[in-house]
Amino acid sequence: MAEVLVYVDHVDGAVRKPTLELLTLARRVGEPVAVALGAGAGDTAAALAEHGAVKVLTHEAAEYADYLVVPKVDALQAAVEAVSPAAVLVPSSAEGKEIAARLALRLGSGIITDAVDLESGDEGPVATQSVFAAAFTTKSRVSKGTPVITVKPNSAAVEPAPAAGAVEALSVTFSAAATGTKVTSRTPRESTGRPELTEAAIVVSGGRGVNGAENFAIIEALADSLGAAVGASRAAVDAGWYPHTNQVGQTGKSVSPQLYIASGISGAIQHRAGMQTSKTIVAINKDAEAPIFELVDYGVVGDLFDVVPQLTEEVKSRKG
Amino acid sequence: MSLRIVVTVKYVPDATGDRHFADDLTVDRDDVDGLLSELDEYAVEQALQISENSDDDVEVTVLTVGPEDAKDALRKALSMGADKAIHVEDDDLHGTDAIGTSLVLAKAVEKAGYDLVVSGMASTDGTMGVVPALLAERLGVPQVTLLSEVSVEGGTVKGRRDGDSATEQLQASLPAVVSVTDQSGEARYPSFKGIMAAKKKPVESWDLSDLDIDEDEVGLENAYTVVESAAERPARTAGTIVKDEGEGGKQLAEFLAGQKFI
Ligand SMILES: Cc1cc2nc3c(=O)[nH]c(=O)nc-3n(C[C@H](O)[C@H](O)[C@H](O)COP(=O)(O)OP(=O)(O)OC[C@H]3O[C@@H](n4cnc5c(N)ncnc54)[C@H](O)[C@@H]3O)c2cc1C
Ligand SMILES: Nc1ncnc2c1ncn2[C@@H]1O[C@H](COP(=O)(O)O)[C@@H](O)[C@H]1O
Repeated sequence: MAEVLVYVDHVDGAVRKPTLELLTLARRVGEPVAVALGAGAGDTAAALAEHGAVKVLTHEAAEYADYLVVPKVDALQAAVEAVSPAAVLVPSSAEGKEIAARLALRLGSGIITDAVDLESGDEGPVATQSVFAAAFTTKSRVSKGTPVITVKPNSAAVEPAPAAGAVEALSVTFSAAATGTKVTSRTPRESTGRPELTEAAIVVSGGRGVNGAENFAIIEALADSLGAAVGASRAAVDAGWYPHTNQVGQTGKSVSPQLYIASGISGAIQHRAGMQTSKTIVAINKDAEAPIFELVDYGVVGDLFDVVPQLTEEVKSRKG
Repeated sequence: MSLRIVVTVKYVPDATGDRHFADDLTVDRDDVDGLLSELDEYAVEQALQISENSDDDVEVTVLTVGPEDAKDALRKALSMGADKAIHVEDDDLHGTDAIGTSLVLAKAVEKAGYDLVVSGMASTDGTMGVVPALLAERLGVPQVTLLSEVSVEGGTVKGRRDGDSATEQLQASLPAVVSVTDQSGEARYPSFKGIMAAKKKPVESWDLSDLDIDEDEVGLENAYTVVESAAERPARTAGTIVKDEGEGGKQLAEFLAGQKFI
């Protein structure tokens, strides 16, 4: 069976969930071979093997952290040359898409970004995408070269499928371009203790209706009662009430949780672009005409300052 | 010293319009009004700010690859304050994908002459966010992308990139390709004076032969990807909507419990 390269997104050896989802999808197309780079690359092997990686190619070098994007492209290209895979899958983060694009160009291949599903087809993998703010679903495939496909978080279930996961050192020669853009400093984001926005099963978001940074405590309390991540509309972010990292929408994060709860959010097209593929959508808004109600499975027309705290109390008491 | 900045701007269908696909599964551009992608306004803005903050002699050129109407996008950028414009237009470009578009942009940028390319973070129609990286790869210059803050001084570009897990400060030597996010600062509105001045600014038109690009390198037929089908997402089935009469939160909890979320 043909091999499929899976680019591993990890933080110091801890594999992030979207990579494990990729392994599930990769198994539909071939035998997953993982590529893990940078500090802690070797520590990823156990988790990757447990989820189906037959091999884990690793390479540690300071360049991966010290320079932007290109060293990773060099390494992935080396892996493609070593393995001759049927496809290359990369998690759809901002960086993942940039790595994938440059790799595709070097390979003379086509690239598909932000796939939400993947199946094998007669002429190679077929990717499902959700476009125009999720108003359309398209199916596409790469018609030239080795398909390079980036896949969004929450596109597949994480499924254990133990495999050998044999670690092999990848040999990488960095290109002249590798050291072009220097990372002069890096400030890691402080953990909030809540789930990662793009990976969370439940997202609770607040918008302009929350009306102040201090009031976001109400949104956070609901999120914590449900074990959810906190999101925000751009209006709330632009007002300085919540960090941009939590913005949901076209220019923020795109989320696809089991449950999305929007409070004080009108549902503008750019916001919908980032949440419309959520499985169940719930909204609380005092304006019965708000477009968000066109999307909901359940909506409450009311003041969020009454409804949200009551909901939080009810969740807590039901959970005991 | 002089600094030549080329800003890549895309003409896109209005996101608030009823966007859909044409029969050949390319984006239908006939039924929905087009405009300068809002996310490229931020690129124009940053280029103008770099120009205004510089002691050098700076020239800002806006460049688009697109149909006849794409001139509207150039006109808007010129009225914001860019100095001149280049429109690459050719019938053979219809249906060109990101890989092909980056080729056309790279050739055009080289022909125009540049020290710095400034792009938007993503187009509002395709939303791939890959063209700046592809452009840097093709031009063989550093990519300094997704910046929420950017500055140029003495042949060096610096900027802040707010990534998924960390905020990074980046630095590269010119020439380079930069892309900026919508966190980089509100774009200015064209003034009346700017709109009048734009009418007199030069707009050059280039076709594929001007750029030494073969027709079999671009266009729908030669794209690196094929869209096999496009289906309108079924409308979500109408949900339950209740008015809060004092029990809204409890009713919502009941719904969530029924769905096994609690
Ligand atoms: C290029 C571009 C990119 C964009 N990207 C994004 C993006 O990534 N994410 C994003 O969110 N937006 C984005 N936007 C902005 C988007 O168009 C909207 O402006 C934004 O989503 C509005 O946020 P909102 O719903 O919180 O505010 P509003 O539209 O002002 O809605 C606030 C809602 O709160 C309700 N409300 C007020 N008080 C209460 C109360 N006490 N109880 C209950 N309800 C109440 C109101 O009825 C109203 O419906 C983008 C725009 C552009 C042009
Ligand atoms: N046809 C085009 N003409 C000019 N610039 C473009 C074009 N397509 C993409 N770009 C630039 O590349 C950026 C990213 O686009 P994309 O990769 O398509 O999301 C945009 O914000 C523009 O700056």
